[in-house]
Amino acid sequence: MTASFDPPLEPTLDTPRQSLRLTPRIALIALVLAFLVLLPLYPALTGNTFVVTLFTRILILAIGAVSLNLIMGYGGMVSFGHAAYLGIGGYAVGILAKEGIGSGFVQWPVAIAAAALFALVVGALSLRTRGVYFIMITLAFGQMIYYVASGLDRYGGDDGLTIYHRSTFGGLIDLNDKTAFYYLCLALLIGSIYLVWRIVNSRFGQVVQGARSNERRMRAIGFPTFRYKLVAFVIAGALCGLAGALLATHTNFISPAMMYWTRSGDLIVMVVLGGLGSPFGPLIGAATFLLLQEALSRVTEYPDLILGPFLLVVALYVHGGIDGLIQGRRDG
Amino acid sequence: MADMLLAVQGLTKRFGGVVAADAIDFDIRHGEFHAVIGPNGAGKSTFIGLLAGEIAPQQGNIRFAGGDITRLPVHRRSRLGLARSFQITSLFADFTALDNVALAVQAHRGHSFRFWRKARGDEELRAPAQAALARVGLGHRAATRVGKLSHGEHRQLEIAMALAANPRLLLLDEPMAGMGPDESARMVALLQGLKGSVTILLIEHDMEAVFALADRISVLVYGRVIASGDAATVKADPAVREAYLGEQAYLGEKSAGGQSAGRGPGHG
Repeated sequence: MTASFDPPLEPTLDTPRQSLRLTPRIALIALVLAFLVLLPLYPALTGNTFVVTLFTRILILAIGAVSLNLIMGYGGMVSFGHAAYLGIGGYAVGILAKEGIGSGFVQWPVAIAAAALFALVVGALSLRTRGVYFIMITLAFGQMIYYVASGLDRYGGDDGLTIYHRSTFGGLIDLNDKTAFYYLCLALLIGSIYLVWRIVNSRFGQVVQGARSNERRMRAIGFPTFRYKLVAFVIAGALCGLAGALLATHTNFISPAMMYWTRSGDLIVMVVLGGLGSPFGPLIGAATFLLLQEALSRVTEYPDLILGPFLLVVALYVHGGIDGLIQGRRDG
Repeated sequence: MADMLLAVQGLTKRFGGVVAADAIDFDIRHGEFHAVIGPNGAGKSTFIGLLAGEIAPQQGNIRFAGGDITRLPVHRRSRLGLARSFQITSLFADFTALDNVALAVQAHRGHSFRFWRKARGDEELRAPAQAALARVGLGHRAATRVGKLSHGEHRQLEIAMALAANPRLLLLDEPMAGMGPDESARMVALLQGLKGSVTILLIEHDMEAVFALADRISVLVYGRVIASGDAATVKADPAVREAYLGEQAYLGEKSAGGQSAGRGPGHG
C-alpha cells in the first residue's frame, strides 16, 4: 500500500469568495460609481453645468468603448471602423428628427437596428480575414460610410445637421433636462457593462473568447467560429448605435466628423487604456482619455504632444491597461 | 467493409509539383488502434490534415461512420465524432485546464447561442470535463491555468480535450513529440489504457511506442502507403526496410552492428 499524494488544488480564478472580497479593483469601481452617481450635485450647488456636460460625453463614449471591448478585448477583433456605428446611430436620430418623426420609441430602435445591420454587412465580409487585413477592411468601411454621410446634402453634407428637438418618450423622461439625460446615460452605461459581462461569461462568450485564443482549435473541437464572431460583431455594432443616438442627442448635432477614422482610433485607445477584456476598463479608459484631453487642452495648444507619448508608454509597458495596474501583475 | 469506421479511397493531394498524398487507400476498423509511421516528409501531416478537414483533396474520398465526409468542413467532422489532438500543443492559453476541456464538451452540447447563464458554473459542461481530465490523470490540475502546466501535462490535456466529447475516432498527431523518456512512458501507459475503449489513429515518430501499442501499422512514404499490417509484418516488409535504411535498430535488427540511430527517423 502506497500513500497517494494529492497535490493541493490551486485556487480557481472565480471562486465565489473572491468576488466578494474588497480588492483594489472593486474599491476603485465602487468609488468611480459613487462619484458618477453624486456628480449632478455639483451643478445643483454651484450652478456650473459644464461638469455634467463633460461627464455625459464621457458616459456616452464609454458605452461605445464597452461595445468595442466586447469584440476587441474578448473576441480579438480589432475593429478600426467602430465610429461608423456611432455615426449611423446619430444619423438615424438626426434624419428621423428632420423628417418630423420625433418619438424616441421610433428613433432609438431604428438607430440600433441600422447600426446592427451595417455591422452584419461589415462583419460578414471582414471576418473572413484576419489581423492587419481585418483592421484595414473595417477601416475602409468606416471611411466609406463617412463619405456617404458627407454626400447627404439634404442632411447637411459636410457641415452636418442641427437637431432642433430631442427625442420624446411620451412624457416618460425629458431629455432636455440635463440631469435626467445624464442619469439615463449612466443607467445605459451600467446596463451595457452588465450585459457584456453576462455575455462574455455565457456559453456564447466562451466561444468568442476561445476563438480569440485559438481559432483553429475551436474548429477542431467542433465550433463553426465564424457565425459566433459575426453575432458578437453585430451585438457590438448595435450597442454602439445606441451610443451614437445618445451622442447626437447630447450635442444636438450630427456631422460626418462623428465617424471619422480618428474617432475610431480614440475608441480603440480608450479600450486599451482601460484594459482589454476588463468589464469596467472601457469606462476607466474613456474617462482617463477624455479628462486628460480636456485638461491638456487648457494648458497647451497641442494636447496630443503629451497625450500621444503617454498612450505610447501605457501601450508598451502596462499590460492590461489601467485595470491591469490596479490589479497588480496579471497572472499569465 | 461494414465494420470499417473510416475508409479512405484514392486520396490525392498535390501542392504544386509535390504529391503529398498519392492515391492513398486506408481504413480503420471499429475499436482498432491503428498507427501511421513514416520518415520526415512522408506526408503524415498532410494525411491528418486531409482526415481532419483542414486540407481539401484533389481526388479520392473519405467515408466516416458510413457517410461521405470528403467535403465537410472541420467543425462538422468534429460533430460527427472525429476528434483530434495537435502535434504542436494547441490550447487556450488563458483558460484553466478545466475550462479548456469544458469548451470541448460545450461544442457537442447543441448550439452555443446562449448569452446569459454562466458557462463556468454549468455542471452539464463541468462534470464531463472533469471526468475527461481524470481519465488522462490531470484531475488534480483542473483549476490550473494552461500557462502553468508542464509540457507533458499539455500533451495530456490535448488528449483530454479530444476525449471530452466521447469521439468515435481519436486522431492523435504525435502525442509524444518533445517528451522526455519518463513523460513518454506515461503517455504510452495512458494510450494503453484507452486502447479498446476508443478507436485510435496514432501518427507517431516514436517507433518503440508504435510497436508497443498498435494493432495495425501503416507505413507512409512519399505520400503512399507502402505497407500495412501488424508489427511483425511491417518489420519484415522489404519496402519498409528500404525506406528506413539505417534505422534498422528500430525494426528489430539489433545485430546490425550496434549502431545507435538516435530516437528514430526524423528526429533532429
